[in-house]
Amino acid sequence: MLAEIPMVIILLGVAAYTVLAGADFGAGFWTLFPGGGRTSRAATRDHARHAMGPVWEANHVWLVLVLVVCWTAYPVAFASITSTLAAPLFIAAVGIILRGTSYALRGQLEGARGQRAVESVFALSSVLTPFALGAVTGGIASGRVPVGNAAGDLVTSWLNPTSVMIGTLAVATSAYLAAVYLAADARRFGEREPERDFRVRALWSGVVAGALAVAGLLVMRADARPIWDGLTSGAGLVMVVVSAAAGLATLVLVWRSRFGPARASGALAVAAIIAGWALAQRPYFLPGLTVDEAAAGRSTLVAVVVSVAIGAVVLVPSLILLFGLFLRGRLDAGPVPGAPAVEARAAAAPPPRLLGAFALACLLVGAGLLVFADPGWAHAVGVACLCACAVSAFVLGTTTPEREKPEQDG
Amino acid sequence: MPDLALVTSLLSAGGGPFPPIDQEYLFEARQMQALSLAVHIPLVCFGLAFPALVLFAEWRYLRTGDPLYRTIARRWSRVMLALFAVGVVTGTILSFELGLLWPGFMASFGNVFGLGFALEGFSFFIEAIFIAIYAYGWDRIPPRLHFLSGIPVAIAGVTGSFFVIAVNSWMNHPTGFTLSDGRTVDVNSWSALFGNSYLWHEWVHMYFAGFIVAGFLIASFYAWGYLRGRRGRYQRTALTIALTAAAVMAPLQIVVGDWAAREVANVQPVKLAAIEGLPQTTAGAPEHLLGWYNGHEVVYGIEIPRLLSLLAYHDPDATVEGLNAVPTADQPPVNVVRFAFQTMVGIGSLLALLSVLYLYVRFRRRRLPRSRWFYRAVAAAGPLSVVALIAGWVTTEVGRQPWVVYGVMRTSEAVTGAEGIPIGYGTLVVVYIGLATAVAWMLRRLSHIPLESGGDGPEPPHPEPGAAHAG
Repeated sequence: MLAEIPMVIILLGVAAYTVLAGADFGAGFWTLFPGGGRTSRAATRDHARHAMGPVWEANHVWLVLVLVVCWTAYPVAFASITSTLAAPLFIAAVGIILRGTSYALRGQLEGARGQRAVESVFALSSVLTPFALGAVTGGIASGRVPVGNAAGDLVTSWLNPTSVMIGTLAVATSAYLAAVYLAADARRFGEREPERDFRVRALWSGVVAGALAVAGLLVMRADARPIWDGLTSGAGLVMVVVSAAAGLATLVLVWRSRFGPARASGALAVAAIIAGWALAQRPYFLPGLTVDEAAAGRSTLVAVVVSVAIGAVVLVPSLILLFGLFLRGRLDAGPVPGAPAVEARAAAAPPPRLLGAFALACLLVGAGLLVFADPGWAHAVGVACLCACAVSAFVLGTTTPEREKPEQDG
Repeated sequence: MPDLALVTSLLSAGGGPFPPIDQEYLFEARQMQALSLAVHIPLVCFGLAFPALVLFAEWRYLRTGDPLYRTIARRWSRVMLALFAVGVVTGTILSFELGLLWPGFMASFGNVFGLGFALEGFSFFIEAIFIAIYAYGWDRIPPRLHFLSGIPVAIAGVTGSFFVIAVNSWMNHPTGFTLSDGRTVDVNSWSALFGNSYLWHEWVHMYFAGFIVAGFLIASFYAWGYLRGRRGRYQRTALTIALTAAAVMAPLQIVVGDWAAREVANVQPVKLAAIEGLPQTTAGAPEHLLGWYNGHEVVYGIEIPRLLSLLAYHDPDATVEGLNAVPTADQPPVNVVRFAFQTMVGIGSLLALLSVLYLYVRFRRRRLPRSRWFYRAVAAAGPLSVVALIAGWVTTEVGRQPWVVYGVMRTSEAVTGAEGIPIGYGTLVVVYIGLATAVAWMLRRLSHIPLESGGDGPEPPHPEPGAAHAG
């Protein structure tokens, strides 16, 4: 039981990453194919880029969370996966670097030379990364990662029918989710034409993603029979039905331009299929290795669960705050709604002599304790004194007004 | 700490979950990891120090109402966000590489130290969430709340680095587990990571380094501008904030470094022997400045008698363990470690000197220095502080070799069995060259935004013509 809790955390992380970061990847996909709508290509690209601005870094962290929980709670399975699937993971890592950097760079290049090249890097890496991560998933799901240091085939473990299928599905799902979210964002901005465009894109990319999901099931029937069996019976089947129903509901909601609920049902469709995969594979993590056998010792598992629980207490309200502000448009770029300025006033400067004496005293005590004392508590006090010295000297150095104007020539 | 001889014999008896594998490109794998770290660590310095500096500028604005401070905070927060984005992706590749390059290490010890990264993951989340609220929230959130939204960014930068350094100090001083038949048993992650006496000096040393590197790098930009005639009140104030932050830390770093060296002497005597190039265990050991270790002794160096004993143990006659305490196969590459250490100490001392000079003029004469040479020195100090930072990490990480987990697991036992390391390494070099170009380009564009614009949000206004922004 305890051995499976970190796996549940990992799957929640995978679902959050697929839904949230997936939509960011999909936004990149639409900058690659911005045509076909009433809005100009440039405006479509801008809309797709701007909508992910404040949230993409936070969305990205879900991936890091998945990795760290996996290597702490299931170290041998993690090492087997990363060594056999080194190629697609490396491609994904490079894609993440290119995408993050080109996104940050593009924000500073309005109208500059090289803008298009940077946009292309952003768009291509937004397609490459979800494909590579989907291929990793396919390698694990089709049982091509044996336990051991690079024990599997370095090529066919990720270039195989299941991996290619799931990789393609990951790209299509990202594009679909992004189209739904971008339509909702366009409505929030009050921009009618992008809203209409992305509604149409959401509809047809939804149909494509649905068709690919069905095709993916058939590919698994031929290529990864155990998963197929798991997905067509028992709890796995329930999840497939839930996912299909949520997918259809999303299409209907988008058709009727109800983008808010469509966001939720689209996310549910993705989360259900991830749960279905896990249930279909249960109890195995890798071939011949169950989740129980892969799990680290009890004390490590308890430590992971406790830290995630503590982390969640901080994280969940923060995420609610971020998305609350984001979805209410409080973080949008655009004209500023008249912010109140702080009135000018003379601030009381700290008494310089007193502060200087304090800094000096802290320096002497801190250095003395750190250099000449041995016990740990003395070092702790010493470090605290040095920090107090640094802070007071910094405040003194930055708040003391300059006595005279410097020479203007040089 | 587990009994090293016992542990080593158990490991060599086989048994671990991932038996050692013959990897032709071990050195390339290490180079690849080192390159990724060298790219990421300077960005970590900005994660540690920049939020505090930006918040200080905003705090001054709230206290005095002087819009100049607001302009500084706003312009800096754009740079902070851009560097954070680059830090996010370069940090992510590090976590990928731990698995891609060192699966043996992860499989054997992920259950011991992994918790540190899980906690770091949450710090990273908080940092990403609040940096977005802070950087995008200018003028859209009431001023005081906006200031408060930046505080979690500063705290998370500190805690995140704390957790990562907890892992590194564990690798240098492994505790919190015992080995049985090559597998870890009796694992206690909490005590392994946070009950480790080796953590504290590493963390404090890195924290101070963060302010020194970020402060001098920002200052060197304004010093460069000063030399080219940009000496307005904005530039002088920005220079003062950044340079003061670095200058108050640089002299103190010498005290912290002294503490760190004594901890190394106690826990990793072989690393200390490599740092000095001390071949034999010696009473009253000397220290050599510069010079070259030829396999037997340091030649062409300036010898200072008994200094090493004095520094390491506060006793000029103390016995210092030499490289001969362990077999040659267990010794780190001496000249790399020595050269890196002397580079760090040399640059660090020069920076401390420059800092004292600056603080003297600032406090006694109540103005900025006027000499052009001072500004040339500050312009050079930024890049030099990065060199010192990297050299410090080379000292501690190459000095740990040939072990990945000190005295327990060799780096060669940790490496992947997968082929294609040179391809990955080559690709990464190209990607990082592109990354460096992009960062330089980005910072140049940011610095060219006219001051009067006050620095809008992180992106220019939505360019959609005639669009109404509801909300």
